[in-house]
Amino acid sequence: MALGLVVLSLALVTVYFRESSGGALHETQRVAVSVLTPFEVAAERVARPFQDAYGWTSDLLSAKDENEELQKEVEALRQQVVANETAAQENDELKELLQFVQGKEFPDDFTHVATRVLIQPQTVFRHEVVVAAGSSDGVRVDDPVVTPEGLAGTVTEVTPNSAKVRLITDPQSAASALVLETQAAGIVLRGASDKSLDLDRVAKTARVEAGNIVVTSGARVGKYESLYPYGIPIGLVESVSQRDVDLFKRIQIAPLVDFDSLHEVVVLVEKRRKR
Amino acid sequence: MTPADALKAAGLLLLAALLQVSWATPIEVGNGHPNLVLVALVALALLRGPLFGAIAGFWAGLALDVASLGTLGLTSLLLTPAGYWAGRFGEGTTRSSPYPPLVAVALGTIWFVLGSAIVHFMLGEGASATTVLGGVLLPTLALNLLIAYPAYRLLRWVFPVTGRERREVPALV
Repeated sequence: MALGLVVLSLALVTVYFRESSGGALHETQRVAVSVLTPFEVAAERVARPFQDAYGWTSDLLSAKDENEELQKEVEALRQQVVANETAAQENDELKELLQFVQGKEFPDDFTHVATRVLIQPQTVFRHEVVVAAGSSDGVRVDDPVVTPEGLAGTVTEVTPNSAKVRLITDPQSAASALVLETQAAGIVLRGASDKSLDLDRVAKTARVEAGNIVVTSGARVGKYESLYPYGIPIGLVESVSQRDVDLFKRIQIAPLVDFDSLHEVVVLVEKRRKR
Repeated sequence: MTPADALKAAGLLLLAALLQVSWATPIEVGNGHPNLVLVALVALALLRGPLFGAIAGFWAGLALDVASLGTLGLTSLLLTPAGYWAGRFGEGTTRSSPYPPLVAVALGTIWFVLGSAIVHFMLGEGASATTVLGGVLLPTLALNLLIAYPAYRLLRWVFPVTGRERREVPALV
């Protein structure tokens, strides 16, 4: 019996990987998620104040190594922030999102769906989150997901009320990008650690310096168009090096988005996309 | 296995999966989180035996994969053997002793984390050994052990051991 269940699990994994995103298992999962989403939303709302309190406690613990003056400052900030109501915090985040979507940097041809992160990444192997907006809000697969700080990821799966977002730090993510100051083009991939990014495929002759801003290029190659519109900030160049044996520069980027505290995001929905 | 037990276990593991994705995952020490589903499954299997453990593991894995929009079957692949083994382990231990839950949760956690690493590696989603061992395994082990005994006591109350089952066999642990 137990062996049969293991074989059944293996069969499920195999079929799930082999079938298209419109296959029977994916469809069944979407229906089941639709049923569970209201419970997840409720649990997330209840958990949010505790998560915030935990986050601040964690920050306090890590601040122990700093000097006494900084500790006092952190303590004061902690007391101040814990005193704030969660609703007020959410309000601030939403205001920030509103400023972003109404600002100049918001890409033309796109409309927005502001939403909350329901489920944080579950393992270190996959950097994916689930957000509380889905096909009923106009969200589709491959829609870019951003925060006011910059690019967060892309939608990889959609249910009526939720969507799975693959973060830019996931090993399977990639984005065509360029260095804003010099227009040196490359591809942003996950870096050596799970919280850093690399700008790969940048010619050795290109000029790139630490502190430069890396943005999405919105490039079109033949009939293939980048998923991301031009100009979404991705990160700041941390270090640049090159070796004789390498074909390209080695460029490390610090992402602008703080993926550890990803609570509110905006899904960019193309206005004229063929659905 | 009575139908009432099966229904209670199904509901409890579904609840554990929901709590896991919304409550437990944000509690991050290093890269590890407390694994409520695994701890609940091990406790259930210790109390109800290997067959119950295997079925519960399969169901818990499905619930977790659905709740997190993960690859269907991947977590079941790891939790089914974990539930079966914990059930077998429970058959050879003293149910009133506090040690079997701790040992079973510790071994179950090691199996789950290393098994996840291997399965994800085979799917091309590897992480460094340092991250898996130091960043995930040790914190998860510590967090799971913290909740193992209280969870076992709670589940022992929800799933009482009947008189015939309460017999004490020569304890391995």
